[in-house]
Amino acid sequence: MIYLDHNATTPLHPRAFEAMLPFLKELWANPSSPYRFGSQAKAAVEFGRGQIANCIGCKPSEVVFCSGGTESDNLALRGVVRALKSKGNHIVTTAIEHPAVLNTCKALENEGYRVTYLPVTEEGVVEMAALRASLCDGTILVTVMHANNETGVIQPVEEIATTTRARGVVFHTDAVQSAGKLDRKLAELGADLVTFSGHKLYGPRGVGVLYVREGTPLAPWMTGGTHEHGLRAGTENVAAIAGCAEAVTLAFEEAETEGHRLRSLRDRFELQVGAAIQAVRFNGSEAQRVPNTSNISFQDVDGESVVLGLDVRGICVSTGSACSTDDPEPSHVLRAMGLSPRAAQGSVRFSLGRDTCAADLDATVSALKDTVAHLRRVSSIRGDLE
Amino acid sequence: MQKMNPSPDDSGANDRNRGLEAPAAPVISYNEVVLDHFLHPHNVGELAKADTDGFVVVGDSSCGDQMKLWISVRNQRIAKIAFQSFGCPGAIATSSMLTVLAEGRTIEEARLITDDDVVEALGGIPAKKRHCSLLGVQALQAVIDDWEKRGRAPPEQP
Repeated sequence: MIYLDHNATTPLHPRAFEAMLPFLKELWANPSSPYRFGSQAKAAVEFGRGQIANCIGCKPSEVVFCSGGTESDNLALRGVVRALKSKGNHIVTTAIEHPAVLNTCKALENEGYRVTYLPVTEEGVVEMAALRASLCDGTILVTVMHANNETGVIQPVEEIATTTRARGVVFHTDAVQSAGKLDRKLAELGADLVTFSGHKLYGPRGVGVLYVREGTPLAPWMTGGTHEHGLRAGTENVAAIAGCAEAVTLAFEEAETEGHRLRSLRDRFELQVGAAIQAVRFNGSEAQRVPNTSNISFQDVDGESVVLGLDVRGICVSTGSACSTDDPEPSHVLRAMGLSPRAAQGSVRFSLGRDTCAADLDATVSALKDTVAHLRRVSSIRGDLE
Repeated sequence: MQKMNPSPDDSGANDRNRGLEAPAAPVISYNEVVLDHFLHPHNVGELAKADTDGFVVVGDSSCGDQMKLWISVRNQRIAKIAFQSFGCPGAIATSSMLTVLAEGRTIEEARLITDDDVVEALGGIPAKKRHCSLLGVQALQAVIDDWEKRGRAPPEQP
């Protein structure tokens, strides 16, 4: 099997697995328990918090553990608007966010908040002028992702942070797809809140992080105990936290070298695809991207058919995001970049990872060439890409 | 180049990732018959102008799929049929099976082919792909309409 869907999930790193084991076997106590056995579990959670704080460049007290990227986004968005209810009701986001943010914004619209969905350029980058123009007195939150999950395109979060700070508006960024892929301390992006998740960087599922800059207004949205500085109730998932912390440590240690390796593999792959197959479009490739992601539209064919054609040859890729597999609508991200519905329908995401080697990509190019040629012979459409 | 293999169970997996093996079935699990019609569709292409007695383009606005269908009619019978389809695996497989069911049938018989017939002949398709089978049946009705419109005699009443 050749796995090229690392933006969906990644395999657990053996070191993360090892780091989890003691808390599944011997040290299974509740960290809130009053005896030493509990304190040992508590110490593990705090050790993990320290590891992560060190990697992202913040204080341990600014790290909040929760169940994953989706919950972290929900806590950030719902937590801020709840804390700032009396200050205003306007939220600014983009048209290309992950459903965890987009659908939370839609839910908040139903609760009476006003949401601006910013457009993006043809290369999938949010326009700063539009962002500045969207801010008003009632704006209480700006949420813009760091790297897009479908295209890998990096958003100008540092610039946004400068703008929001000057205006006194809270800024959240979903960094699920950039964490560990860029040699960059996430707290230094300048955002007040940063989301990332364990299983996208070779940690376990069921654990996510919200970095909360000290002093950021945030109210819990789930009621329960006083875990995680009172921001996230529920007994800590100690093993997952330990595994996540180990995975984050590894990812940030290797981000620079692994980034170079993946970027050169990805760029070589795109050159090969461009040479082997006519009428393809590399979506977002003129913008800055995370090094592992390539999003390609194949003229006159359907992306789902390409995915199945590769699947029968043992190659795992996806159209858009895994969350949208059941959704017949063409990618909202590519549509926002101005692609026609047909061109968006013909797009496939390749996301490389730690195990990917040049031979895997050679085999993928070859399988892709055959699959696309087959589908173009069958297709009723000729020349619909532009 | 690896040979096309319709079985996802046996898809040339290498040993390197053995421990990470994904479930055998694709995300939307199509059966072997559907996979075969997707990988090796029947009656793909177009008919020569001289052979074409009916032609139609139909589209499914809900999902963007599109199908072109050609028929050649001899003695009230579909002597030749050809299709081209843009769409998901479900669209390609149901288009292919539709042409298999319609080929050699009288116009009257072809009029009676339903989407259920196509799905049944394929041994079933995932529920969310059922709408794909409608496109082919609509195309078949429309291509017969086109043949009738071209001034050929309508089928004799029994």
